[in-house]
Amino acid sequence: MILNSKTKVLIQGLGKDGSFQAQKAIEYGTNIVACVHPNKKGQLFENKIPYFETAKDAVKKTGANVGVIYVPAPFAMDAIIEQVDANLELVVCITEGIPVHDMIKVKNYMKGKKSRLIGPNCPGIISPTLKIKIGIIPGNICKEGDVGLVSRSGTLTYEAISQIGEAGFGQSLCIGIGGDPIHGTSFIDALSYFEQDKNTKSIVLIGEIGGTKEQQAAEYIKSHISKPIVFTIAGTTAPKGKRMGHAGAVISGKMGLASEKIKALKEAGAYHSDDPSKIGETLKNIL
Amino acid sequence: MNLHEYQARDLLKNYNINFPEGEVGSTPQEIFDISKKFGGDVVVKVQIHSGGRGKAGGVKLCSTPIEAKNFANSILGKKIVTNQTDSEGVIVEKLLVTKKNNISREIYLSIVIDPDFESPVLIASTEGGTEIEKMAEETPEKITKIPFDPVLGAKPYELRRLISKLEIPKDSAKDFNSLVNNLYKAFIETDSTLIEINPLIIDDNDKVVPLDCKINIDDDSYFRQKELFSLRDKNQENPIETRAKDFDLAYVKLDKGNVGCLVNGAGLAMATMDVTTKSGCFPANFLDVGGSTDKEKIKEAFRILVSDENVEYLLINLFAGIARADLIAKGVVEAAEETSFKLPIIVSMRGTNSEEGFDILKRSKLNIHIARDLGHAASLLSEINKANK
Repeated sequence: MILNSKTKVLIQGLGKDGSFQAQKAIEYGTNIVACVHPNKKGQLFENKIPYFETAKDAVKKTGANVGVIYVPAPFAMDAIIEQVDANLELVVCITEGIPVHDMIKVKNYMKGKKSRLIGPNCPGIISPTLKIKIGIIPGNICKEGDVGLVSRSGTLTYEAISQIGEAGFGQSLCIGIGGDPIHGTSFIDALSYFEQDKNTKSIVLIGEIGGTKEQQAAEYIKSHISKPIVFTIAGTTAPKGKRMGHAGAVISGKMGLASEKIKALKEAGAYHSDDPSKIGETLKNIL
Repeated sequence: MNLHEYQARDLLKNYNINFPEGEVGSTPQEIFDISKKFGGDVVVKVQIHSGGRGKAGGVKLCSTPIEAKNFANSILGKKIVTNQTDSEGVIVEKLLVTKKNNISREIYLSIVIDPDFESPVLIASTEGGTEIEKMAEETPEKITKIPFDPVLGAKPYELRRLISKLEIPKDSAKDFNSLVNNLYKAFIETDSTLIEINPLIIDDNDKVVPLDCKINIDDDSYFRQKELFSLRDKNQENPIETRAKDFDLAYVKLDKGNVGCLVNGAGLAMATMDVTTKSGCFPANFLDVGGSTDKEKIKEAFRILVSDENVEYLLINLFAGIARADLIAKGVVEAAEETSFKLPIIVSMRGTNSEEGFDILKRSKLNIHIARDLGHAASLLSEINKANK
């Protein structure tokens, strides 16, 4: 997904968490070339990475092609728009708690633009093979391999990565698409990438209750995906109506239930790990 | 955040949306006075954060002020259980008194955010008065959805088609159009995730009149909607869930379980619940501490979890990314010592600083059982539970 040996990363939002994650990403091997902060132009992050006033300046001076955002929620929409305007190929937004009305504006603005968005409210993306980490997925739990992972969750993604490793496999690429109802990259985008990617031999998909994105993925799998897929849906025992917002329940009705999603994905030929602690085991059994 | 009906009515008044005359009261005498002022022929409605009020006996048609007062006497200060509340119900502290209308037909109208359209959509149906969930299952063909365009709003040609489908009287078509456009304006400006008018009536003069209203505001918009959030009624919420919310923690109380779950991340929390259930135990609650790095917050999370009398075991499952396992462990140990917690604690902890975290737990005097991973945690839980029974 656009990541390669030439990937150059720009970071926006270097507060406590952003700075910590930036250091971890550098340690992992990610080529971070620029930081963006409106008041720190000319300074250096960790004595080596230059700050720029705007994303556009940063791109112009460093050739950055991927952006990551840790900016607090009230300012995150603006940061995404700024990075889209700077023509970054990939924009990864980690920020949680962006108002849904802001995401409607963002998605509308991005129509016809060349940037791809991952997130928001996501753990980001990591390639153990390329040693590129954009976001907050802990690098030390990943192993080089040929399993492509796509997930709506954050920490459950780490759980899955760890299980894939325990089962004796590694990951070609892990994509956390995020838990917000309106987000950038979808399951379908990720599946389509994995199908074409020569380094990916099998796919793990982690879904959740609510919405209908898993069903849409199931429809897509039927006609487009030939590689084996293992999936799990978190929330099979979650009580109805407790956590799902009223709006979601209105639109999708019973489609939001785990049972409906499981049924759809099974019908599409994906293998179900009915116990979220057995994702690795299920993968081992089918490969 | 949910608004009460009377708050929603006040809010929509600013957008030229007018409901039948009404006033809110919180004592039987006030209800008597308002009813008298309106001529006695009134509808009295409980103000609670739940639908299904009518069926639960929370809406009363009255013909005299005495009747209204008696109803107020019987229900104010009591809890009411609807098909949308939990078994405890919610407290009735206010009643809304409105003038009666002569209804010839009822329509359902709402605006919600649709993740597939990635925009607000208008939902309408000729089956007003019933719950939309029920309609979606029983008569989905009667539901019309129209997405709002960010620039155009509702497209006039689509509204025209809707007006004909809903059989809105010709003379009221203009009013219906304005109503939709005003609702949309309110929806955008208040960061709403739901505005529902159910029912919207056609009265005996062929006029469209909104009778009832429900509004949900996006919690994530708090930073720019502070004035609106002053309308929050904490008395309508589960007190422990409110306490958790005040500490920026997500807590959900579940029926019948015996395992308190402290987890980071919503997906992992749900997976932990699923695995707990498979082990033969049931989660009593789940508490998501998120990406927290604040020890005080962890301590509060622990206190909240163990304040639940049904908790026999504590399951801690962490995969620390932003969070730090050592800090969480410290918080747990301190809070457990404060509350003299003696029950078994099963811990699975991975990610950032998890080794340090385990050391802290092992050195404590708590009844700790360490698990390698989520699956192992479930089997430990199952063993301990069997030994106890």
